[in-house]
Amino acid sequence: MTGWRAGIAATCLVLALWQVVIWSTGVARFILPPPALAVQTIWESRALLAEHAVITMAEVLIGLALGAALGFISAISLVAWPTARALVRPILVFSQAVPVFALAPLLTLWLGFGLWSKITMALIIIYFPVTSSFFDALMRTNRDWIGLAKVMGASPARIMWHIRVPAALPGFASGLRLAAVYAPIGAIIGEWVGASKGLGYLMLLANGRAKTDLMFAALIVLAVLTILLHTAVNKVCEKTLDRPEGS
Amino acid sequence: MGHGAKSVNQPQRMTGSAAIDGTAIFSQLDLTLTPDSWTCLLGASGVGKSTVLRLFAGLAEGVTFTGDLSVPGRVAMMAQQDLLLPWLNVLDNVLVGARLRGDRPDKGRARDRLAQVGLADHADKFPSALSGGQRQRVALARTLMEDRAVVLLDEPFSALDALTRAQMQELTAELLSGHTVLLVTHDPNEAARLGQTILIMTPSGLVNVTAPTTPIPREISAPDVLRAQTDLFDQLRRPT
Ligand SMILES: Nc1ncnc2c1ncn2[C@@H]1O[C@H](COP(=O)(O)OP(=O)(O)OP(=O)(O)O)[C@@H](O)[C@H]1O
Ligand SMILES: [Mg+2]
Repeated sequence: MTGWRAGIAATCLVLALWQVVIWSTGVARFILPPPALAVQTIWESRALLAEHAVITMAEVLIGLALGAALGFISAISLVAWPTARALVRPILVFSQAVPVFALAPLLTLWLGFGLWSKITMALIIIYFPVTSSFFDALMRTNRDWIGLAKVMGASPARIMWHIRVPAALPGFASGLRLAAVYAPIGAIIGEWVGASKGLGYLMLLANGRAKTDLMFAALIVLAVLTILLHTAVNKVCEKTLDRPEGS
Repeated sequence: MGHGAKSVNQPQRMTGSAAIDGTAIFSQLDLTLTPDSWTCLLGASGVGKSTVLRLFAGLAEGVTFTGDLSVPGRVAMMAQQDLLLPWLNVLDNVLVGARLRGDRPDKGRARDRLAQVGLADHADKFPSALSGGQRQRVALARTLMEDRAVVLLDEPFSALDALTRAQMQELTAELLSGHTVLLVTHDPNEAARLGQTILIMTPSGLVNVTAPTTPIPREISAPDVLRAQTDLFDQLRRPT
């Protein structure tokens, strides 16, 4: 529970700093609304915010699930087939040199203004961390376990499924934790480039109409949802994928 | 315990040389494992004992072997590290061979093996909840579960305290009697207690040391054990 308390304390600290900045600079409220106003706007526009938050979260969750599944399968395939590894790894590394932001307009062009361009954006942004952390963990399998399994007469496929994959699940979990934080970024970028729904769209809309309080409200909702998602993923990983130290 | 059809009817023999990346590990080695008896292999660190064992197990990746090797069919292996899988409980660790081959796991037999090593009450625990000696007993149960005629042991007791080691030596000798066993060890006393053939590996070949003829496991302080142990010390210290 200390983490939980620390979170609340940190939030209060940020709110206090925010308020101090406003008092000390006297900045106009359409440039930087006071925290109380942002909170009030969250309450008053709760229906609107909820409507758009549901869309964004759907994009994030579907992108996360697909990206995790794709990363899981890719990492195993790369480990199982050295030829694929030799061919695909340079491509993967090169792909990281392309700024993902630059892809967003293309995705909107190809996949349209609906959910799929945002889901794809989230998927692309999380695919690399999930794949590479699981891949690295799969490549680090204790050679003696593999030797023992061979002596016992195991096929490569069974060694993969019964030894390498379970041994590497903690590595997959660390990829998932990163993905939980990255996926919302992907979805929001997608919404900025072209959307008619979602928190990213709402932020642009509010910005255009100088409704800074609504923009901050959307931002806060997004941040809270991202933290909740990260916490949930963390809990699931702890329960199912991680192993206690010293085992 | 029997291993019926899998019984060895011809000796396991290795004659030849091995190299890794062009560097010779050993040359002109001639090693025969007497069927249904314990062969102990000693020798300086790095002389190639584990390499011999890995060759018998078909695990010597990267080792170039030239010569004759009568592959003993499927073998069972146990090493210094217990190699238990931390995500499986004790019973599933004992059953891991069947799982890896896609066979139906025989839980009843696995529980019998656990009872033989005195861990019947620990079947549901995870390896992290066991002591080093208990973990090594689980590894022994897993080895017994494989039920192979030829069993390869690479310093299986060297990480244990003296008392646990003595108990494990007795238990293993008892449960693996009638198997063809190759035991790699650094401990002259262990070789004197368990060896029916005792060999020292040197860069110039194998030296046969006379082993006691009494049944194994022998008492630690039996006169013939102490004599063989002293002999072994002398031989190991002799410059080659
Ligand atoms: N992967 C490797 N690449 C190069 N040389 C190796 C490799 N593995 C082992 N060797 C060399 O092979 C030789 C034999 O190693 P091996 O493990 O068989 O020795 P050992 O007799 O079992 O030693 P110890 O008693 O310390 O276990 C050593 O000199 C070692 O340096
Ligand atoms: Mg060795």
